Amino acid sequence: MTAYIIRRLLYMIPIVIGVLLLTFVLFTLVGGDISQQIAGKNADAETIAEIRHEYGFDKPLFLSWDSQFLNHFKKAFTFHFGRALDRERISEKILRGVGPSLALTVPMFFGTLVISISFALVVAFLRGTVWDHIIVILCVAGMSLPYLSFIIFGQYFFAYKLDWFPIFYAPDRPMVSSIVLPVLIGIAAGLGSNLRFYRTIMLDEIRSDYVRTAFAKGLTARRVLFKHVLKNAMIPIVTNVVLSIPYLILGSLLLERFFGIPGLGYLMYEAVSSRDFFVLNAMTFIMALLIAFFTLVADLCYAWVDPRVKFE
Amino acid sequence: MNNSQPTAVSADQPVKGRSLWADGMRRLRKRRLAMVCFGVVMVYVLLTVLVYLSEAAGWKIPLFDWRQAVGPSYQKPWTVYAWMPEGQTQAQRGWTFFGTDFLGQSTWRKTIYGAKTSITVALFASVISILIGVPLGAAAGYFRGWIDDLIVWLYTTIGTIPGIILIMAFAVVLRSQTFFGVELKGVTAVYVALGLTSWVGICRLIRGEVIKRKESEYVLAARALGCSNGRIIFKHLLPNVFHVIIIDFSLRFVSFIHAEVILSFLGLGETDKPSWGAMIDAARTELARNVWWEMAAATAAIFVLSLALNIFGDALRDCLDPKLRTD
Repeated sequence: MTAYIIRRLLYMIPIVIGVLLLTFVLFTLVGGDISQQIAGKNADAETIAEIRHEYGFDKPLFLSWDSQFLNHFKKAFTFHFGRALDRERISEKILRGVGPSLALTVPMFFGTLVISISFALVVAFLRGTVWDHIIVILCVAGMSLPYLSFIIFGQYFFAYKLDWFPIFYAPDRPMVSSIVLPVLIGIAAGLGSNLRFYRTIMLDEIRSDYVRTAFAKGLTARRVLFKHVLKNAMIPIVTNVVLSIPYLILGSLLLERFFGIPGLGYLMYEAVSSRDFFVLNAMTFIMALLIAFFTLVADLCYAWVDPRVKFE
Repeated sequence: MNNSQPTAVSADQPVKGRSLWADGMRRLRKRRLAMVCFGVVMVYVLLTVLVYLSEAAGWKIPLFDWRQAVGPSYQKPWTVYAWMPEGQTQAQRGWTFFGTDFLGQSTWRKTIYGAKTSITVALFASVISILIGVPLGAAAGYFRGWIDDLIVWLYTTIGTIPGIILIMAFAVVLRSQTFFGVELKGVTAVYVALGLTSWVGICRLIRGEVIKRKESEYVLAARALGCSNGRIIFKHLLPNVFHVIIIDFSLRFVSFIHAEVILSFLGLGETDKPSWGAMIDAARTELARNVWWEMAAATAAIFVLSLALNIFGDALRDCLDPKLRTD
């Protein structure tokens, strides 16, 4: 077990280096010198030179201790990402965004999880009937609607037309009131694909021999579903939950943009629209670290929930 | 003599076997719903081809001429209105199927043109991701060793970055860059970014399939006959995993159409031509004025196309690869 963890942690090193190489190629080699863009159209040569110096665009790319290539690694490993285009520290921006993002995504994620698993159990029980087909078709229909349409329509109808919820997030209002509508929209938009995913998992379980045995013993349907099927279906569910944690931190780009929630999704949106490569670079690296780490945690959880799994 | 048993096969007449493909297609043809969905997808593709042809040949088909103003701005669908076209002195009566937008352009024509944008993006992005993912996956699975390590490292690295960040980063950086004399702008930047970032899934699938099959008898036989590695991969292995590529292609297409909407919203998509993403995005300001038809038209277009693709893709998977069946 310990050897396995150490080996997996060691395997993270080439992955992290790979991510840094990729971001270097993307933002420095291809993206290139954006000092002109930072300075604006009417900047004189002196200002541009100053900006070039400040952001280190004047340094050699490779082959020097102070090269852009090595600085790229240095910045990442010390978590000193410097300042964004609006002069604020990137690390502060990111830390500030984690809270609002989690406030939005955690209720959304667990709401979707609970609703889709309970529906999936029911649907798996009703398999082959008309209801099963209707629900599957509804799921596919839900998956086929664009996410953006869900958000725009939901915001317009429930917040603007019916005036049940505030349209935008306001810092002086309690967080809960501005979070409810985006959470509900997120659940509605994600329900189709999630329900379908968990239905497949439940169906795999419900066809197995131990379920037939349980029914043959005369157990009630409820007992079989909740005691036997759900417990075995926990394995893919737990893995899925753990793998989702980094994405919960990342927030929801579209929902945060539309409802003005100042989370990491909003930060990403701003970085894209102002072409702020520094923020994008930092976010890419941090998210990659989180995902690599939680993939490892998921594998460990997998073994913890399912004693049949052996570490190689 | 044998007339009483017309189905009997004599010994010197070999039984004609059905290939995996013929078998799958036969199963698929029996599914009425899947064939209807395939027809729907084909209608979209046909429209796209027609728009391309009419642009290339310079045909003047009113239906494809989305630039023309057909009425005053924001006319309701399905209602008759009076308006004064530019350069004319007499008022005219007009009617549109799906209303007009701010510039008085027909929403219906914009929706049809949007099909071209979306299908172009999805098609080229799929082709790029398959062209990268399939050879890499086949090479990794076939050669193993350090080639495998390298390719697995490459796709694990890319897979470690969340898709949305990766696509946005590629789209932002690649936009208005020039490579080999070709400037990436508009939809080109979109599908290059989508294609370069989304080959991981198919690469992983193909690698797994090739590993599973490379020790099978037909590959060993080919090797014993002295076939080169390239011939074994491209002539023997890939045709046998081709159904995996087709299934992946049909389901991936949908995700690219949805990605185009999001990139358009972020301002990274088509800028001066209609696209479904831009039409939905326009609703942000339009809905408050009760202009719902532009968003409704684009949403309906996406809904019908992706519903058809989803159902068809699932049916395709069930028919071509019964082992992967989900229900």
